[in-house]
Amino acid sequence: MSRRQIIVIAVVLLAACALPFVVSNYRTFQFTLALVYAIALLGLNMLTGYNGQISLGHGAFYAIGAYTAAILMDKYGVPYWATIPVAAAVCLVAGFLFGLPALRLEGLYLALATFALAVSLPALLKYHHLEHWTGGVQGIVILKPDPPFDLPINADQWLYFFTLAVTLLMFVLAWNILRGRMGRAMVAIRDQHVAAEAMGVHTAMVKSMTFGVSAMYTGVAGALGAIAIQFVAPDSFNIFVSIVFLVGIVIGGIASISGAIYGALFIQFVPNIADAISKAAPWAIFGIFLLGFVYLSPMGVAGAVRMAVARLTRKAQNQAAKP
Amino acid sequence: MKLKYASIAALLAAALASPTALAQKTIKIGNINPYSGPASAYGSIGKSISAYWKMVNDQGGVNGRKVELISYDDGYSPPKTVEMARRLVEQDQVLLVFQSLGTPPNSAIHKYMNAKKVPQLFVATGATKWNDPKHYPWTMGWQPNYQTEGRIYAEHILKNNPKAKIGILYQNDDYGKDYLKGFRDGLGAKASSMIVKEVSYEVADPTVDSQMVQLQASGADTFFNITTPKFAAQAIRKAYDSGWKPTHYLNNVSVSIASVLKPAGLEKSIGLISTAYLKDPNDPQWKNDPAVKEWQAFVDKYLPGANLPPAFTSYGYAVSQTLHQVLKQCGNDLSRANIIKQAANLKNFRPELLLPGIRINTSPTDFAPIESEQLARFDGEKWERFGPIIGK
Repeated sequence: MSRRQIIVIAVVLLAACALPFVVSNYRTFQFTLALVYAIALLGLNMLTGYNGQISLGHGAFYAIGAYTAAILMDKYGVPYWATIPVAAAVCLVAGFLFGLPALRLEGLYLALATFALAVSLPALLKYHHLEHWTGGVQGIVILKPDPPFDLPINADQWLYFFTLAVTLLMFVLAWNILRGRMGRAMVAIRDQHVAAEAMGVHTAMVKSMTFGVSAMYTGVAGALGAIAIQFVAPDSFNIFVSIVFLVGIVIGGIASISGAIYGALFIQFVPNIADAISKAAPWAIFGIFLLGFVYLSPMGVAGAVRMAVARLTRKAQNQAAKP
Repeated sequence: MKLKYASIAALLAAALASPTALAQKTIKIGNINPYSGPASAYGSIGKSISAYWKMVNDQGGVNGRKVELISYDDGYSPPKTVEMARRLVEQDQVLLVFQSLGTPPNSAIHKYMNAKKVPQLFVATGATKWNDPKHYPWTMGWQPNYQTEGRIYAEHILKNNPKAKIGILYQNDDYGKDYLKGFRDGLGAKASSMIVKEVSYEVADPTVDSQMVQLQASGADTFFNITTPKFAAQAIRKAYDSGWKPTHYLNNVSVSIASVLKPAGLEKSIGLISTAYLKDPNDPQWKNDPAVKEWQAFVDKYLPGANLPPAFTSYGYAVSQTLHQVLKQCGNDLSRANIIKQAANLKNFRPELLLPGIRINTSPTDFAPIESEQLARFDGEKWERFGPIIGK
């Protein structure tokens, strides 16, 4: 990392820590949700952006993570923080197992298979033999965690910091994975899978692992989301969740770590803006926003930011070079 | 310039001196409706409600105060409902949340609204759990709940055919089970001997044909049909085509002629028994009814060209009238505590779009506003009401 990057990250982190003391509890809650989405988008971006596998079913892993957390808290009295690693493990395994047969499917066929997963899951959650755990259509109501150690902050602020800490951990982990051997293998498979194989990359293993890790990220996000919302129900996880995730990574920037944050802010706040503009056709307004972003920054917000920085740097260098 | 500062200072001083007086010049009401998403058809209710309060403001408001209705879209997604409820309560600081729609979305904010002690009034769902003043003293339903309706059919069967052998088909979720419980409670001790067969289906099932065959084989002569529109149409057709032809009770959820009875076949629907509590504006018998005319004038003036389903606009009109009455009763004490107190103090109130004889009564221990309905029989063209008003 360059020195400038470190400075930027430090400033962003400081701002993120100051945020809940500046804005209202309601806004804090919204930013908590944005962080949750950022984790989910990062997971999907690993799979779709870096590895080139399209998934229309990540809403399903989000739901599995959420239900794992909710059931553990509601039925077994597990503390909220302990449900996160369990949700991660469950989704890692679920994703890896789903990734194995999915290996045979390329591009659009994989998209369809994952789509099937996402559409069928809400119905499964209502299935009456599972009702004892899932609560059926009624869903599960869970309690909001209180701040520990008598910290002088309220529950919303605590939840924000807790989510922020998990988000940081997940981002650092992703940064390490994607910069390393595994990340290079993922990109190689995306760009030239024959060449990658020839160079000794275990394509099948890498692809399944990517699927698993991606699902794990989304599951962690689901668990955090359930804790923040304090309620899970099958209607919370319809097919639109998966589609919105895909929208988020494209808007934020494909194959970009920081893009997950931009995408999350987009999917959290733009629907509210659209609703404020028109009650008659909120989705039409949302569509206009989408078109605007896609046309104006075809590389996603992250790409636009990168280009702007590059241009500014060049200008500064040119000016410095002048006699 | 100086003058401007002076006036701002004066305003500030006034605001600081009497914050409540200023805040109470308007009454802020929140609403959450699915304008987008899978249940967006219900968005018509939200639009009707907004139009209603516009009309009230044009007529001078309530007790001289304007009403500001803030309506947000939750797309029928519970996480979004939580976000919107928090926005209404914490950001917009509404006095109450009115007519939030759907059982899952309302379940998601049930605890929150009660923890914050903000009235969650007249929610748009028929689940029975909204009538629980002991545990949730800030939440109240409006429409007759499913258990009440189930009891009405049970009473009718006990009176007309005490030896009936009853078969039941129900959707396997809280809605179906609510109906079933009300029905069983209504039959009382005779429930176990009279009900000869109970079968359920899942929303994901393609058809209910096999369930219908089981019911017919059980020898039942009376059929209680607890299904949502698609399955209701299948069950009605199958009951007729298979030659079973039992006395057929259909839940109020699926009484739509256009979306249930027509697909099932109007001639196959003759004799169906169900319930009603609102005047159907399409029904010719109400053509000259003053309440329906008043509603029609409202639609023409405040929803021109919107072409919303009459069933939704009349519902939105009647439920808004109920809140209107609560606000009138509140007088000048617009505290949240007084609002819920007055909502639980409706005595013989009648939005005139309710069927003649149905009245709204609530009390601190009774949070179920409409508790009576009238039976109706389908005559091949329309629902013909018969018998007295049943219920409280």
